[in-house]
Amino acid sequence: MLPSLGYGVLILTLLVTVYSVLIALVGQKKQSAAMIESARRAMLLTWPLLTISAAILIYLLVNEHYEVEYVWSVTNRTMPLYLKVTAWWGGQPGSLLFWGWLLSSFTSLVALRRWDRDRELLPWVLTISGITLAFFLALNVFFENPFKLIPGIAPTDGRGLNPLLRHPGMIIHPPMQYLGFVSFTIPFSFAIAALITGRTDDRWIRLTRRWTLWAWLFLSLGLVLGMRWAYDVLGWGGYWGWDPVEISALMPWLTGTAFLHSVMIQEKRGMLKHWNMILIILTYDLVLFGTFLTRSGVLSSVHAFAQSEIGPLFFIFIGFTFIVSIALLIWRWSDLKSETEMKSLLSREALFLLNNLLFLSILVICFWGVIFPLLSELFTGSKVTVGPPFYERATGPIWGALMLLMGVAPLSGWGISTVKTLGRAIWKPALVALLAPIWALAAGVTNWIPLLGFTLVALVITVSIYEFWRGAQARSRKSGKNFLVELVNLVKRNRRRYGGYIIHISMVLMGIGIIGIEMFQTDTQRHISIGETIELAGYTVRYDDLEQFRHEDGRYVTRAELTLIKNGKEIDHLAPRFDIYPDGQPMTIPGVRSTLVDDIYVILVNWEGITPNSTPFKVYHNPLVKWVWIGGFVFIFGILVAAWSDGEE
Amino acid sequence: MRRSGLIFLEIASAEKHPPRKFIHFFDLSKPMKKINLVLLALIIGSLFLSVGTVAAQGGGPESISDDEVNAVAEQLFCPVCENTPLDVCETQACKQWRELIRLKLSEGWTEQEIKDYFVANYGARVLDEPPLEGFHLLAYVVPPIIILIGFIILFRAFMQWRSNDDDAEDAKIAEASPTSTPDADEDDYIARLEAEMKKRD
Repeated sequence: MLPSLGYGVLILTLLVTVYSVLIALVGQKKQSAAMIESARRAMLLTWPLLTISAAILIYLLVNEHYEVEYVWSVTNRTMPLYLKVTAWWGGQPGSLLFWGWLLSSFTSLVALRRWDRDRELLPWVLTISGITLAFFLALNVFFENPFKLIPGIAPTDGRGLNPLLRHPGMIIHPPMQYLGFVSFTIPFSFAIAALITGRTDDRWIRLTRRWTLWAWLFLSLGLVLGMRWAYDVLGWGGYWGWDPVEISALMPWLTGTAFLHSVMIQEKRGMLKHWNMILIILTYDLVLFGTFLTRSGVLSSVHAFAQSEIGPLFFIFIGFTFIVSIALLIWRWSDLKSETEMKSLLSREALFLLNNLLFLSILVICFWGVIFPLLSELFTGSKVTVGPPFYERATGPIWGALMLLMGVAPLSGWGISTVKTLGRAIWKPALVALLAPIWALAAGVTNWIPLLGFTLVALVITVSIYEFWRGAQARSRKSGKNFLVELVNLVKRNRRRYGGYIIHISMVLMGIGIIGIEMFQTDTQRHISIGETIELAGYTVRYDDLEQFRHEDGRYVTRAELTLIKNGKEIDHLAPRFDIYPDGQPMTIPGVRSTLVDDIYVILVNWEGITPNSTPFKVYHNPLVKWVWIGGFVFIFGILVAAWSDGEE
Repeated sequence: MRRSGLIFLEIASAEKHPPRKFIHFFDLSKPMKKINLVLLALIIGSLFLSVGTVAAQGGGPESISDDEVNAVAEQLFCPVCENTPLDVCETQACKQWRELIRLKLSEGWTEQEIKDYFVANYGARVLDEPPLEGFHLLAYVVPPIIILIGFIILFRAFMQWRSNDDDAEDAKIAEASPTSTPDADEDDYIARLEAEMKKRD
């Protein structure tokens, strides 16, 4: 009964969405305000409908209705309540419904705006978002029904959520990623609406400015949480493996970041209008492409893609939206001419454009790296792996160049900037930044790559702080008010600029962690018995005990007790463990001691076989990795500064 | 089950056919060492063929440490799992493959020979990068070409913009405007800051 109701509501939502899109199109053709109003109300109706559908699914998940295939596949009796709720996005049909629900929420928010100022744009925004919503709902209704019943006798228990997905990081990571993905549909819809209506000024950008920042925040948080989850749960000592799934989340972030920078040039200088359109179209289609890559099975094989029901549909939808968007852009090409021209290679806008090109260069490498194994399989019949060395070698210098730009661009002026003006502004911070490599050299770092990396990190931090200090000090001297008061005023008057500098600082703080783990990570693996030790990077890990027991939730736990010793002093106790869930799924949880200087990360190498007399441990020494997470927190703060409402539209 | 069955077959076949081992001995550079090793190889070779496994460099597979195995395994990807490096892959199949690496190392194979062996048996996908040959060269060639084209387009656009605009004068003004006195420099900075804020509002 309930599953049928849930499915029925889902079908009804699809019909309402299609109605909204069609009536909006007809209404715009006939210039009928009543029809457009009807479309708006229909779109508003999709949210309560989808909320009912989602509520029914959650009810079924929580109340163990294992006759429903989705409930059976992602929950079981031993799972706690919060995991049963979050199992909503734990599998394909549920996550597609989650996508649809989020998009309906965002589109409804747009529909609730006051329409009088943007009567031209908004109906088209609803139409474009509505088409995307209809696509996802159609996938749910026709191919991935979350309410599908298991034929015959209902099972008494479910399979349960993949244990790897039971980690808190994995519970928050997917919604953040989806929020980021789905949110970018709205600026895309505004951009396409601007192209269709011919409102090619920067109105669409101003309307979506803050929205885009929030979308970017969620996308970035999704990435950082995913990294943290990998570090805590996957047990291979790192957080980023250049896996195609990770890259598919990184690609829209790259174009989104480029977009955030280049829209500022359009706002300030009336330039790069074509480019901004291209970037938002790319971001939207890369969001779809990322979902397609992870949902269609194409990553395991091009043949899996052909067999998958939704893979080809995704492919067609991506192609359709991309071609139509580009066609619209070409149609409006001459209306999007720049109001001013670039005057100097070192001007702020020129450096922003260079930043865009660098982000796009990383995108090209990532995109090619992800699709190359598929092309190889298609044309040569055999797959190849494009692994971390490929991406690290190709993108490493570009990340470095981006750091240099973060250090230089804030000091260049809009319009005209020359080597002389830039040199005059940069020499003081550059001199301070040189302290970093000197300090690193004194600490024994001799490799030029980290030395250069630390110099760039220091340059960005110095320049960013210098900009705060210079602005506040200049204003304070002029107004005679307190420095701190002027500092707050400065940030409040231009949140995006100073929030941006905080974000730059957060990025290079993450850079410290990345340099640390990429350049200085060491590891060792040994079989030892109780009482024996492993030495690594000045630390001694002593093996004290091994416990094996069954947890109340059914998993079988093997846990080692270790003591961490440094300079003859016991400094910590670590307990790496290895869990086997009732369905046979294994999970490796490391024992970690984390400080600002380094992490000691120990895993029980369960796959080599464990006995108390011969227990395999792998010990990683990960210098500076904590700065990745610290950078993550600073990043959130920076975004909040930049995106927080300051009373304007 | 089927996969692990296959793996056992692979290990067995590797043990039965050790010709690569001899090639390796002949590759050694020092002549005397080479002759000694050839003799040694000839003596134990026949025994090796019949018995199956004999350690050539003193000590059996157990003499090879996990770190030595992982140094090779981390450069290879699991042939059956998706995108999983061999050193951290948890499947039984990969455990067997790591043991195979240990065995090969104990027999004196070099890293490159082991990697070549895996490629010969499981295809180029076990490598962490596409091989530098044939179609796979495109993996390395296409991104730089696209990026280069991007930079050329950008540079040409810049040049065109510059030629459209007589900016030499502007540059002189920009360079000259903040004079050498700090106060004037600061006034200019404040003016620019305020202008930018106003522009945004």
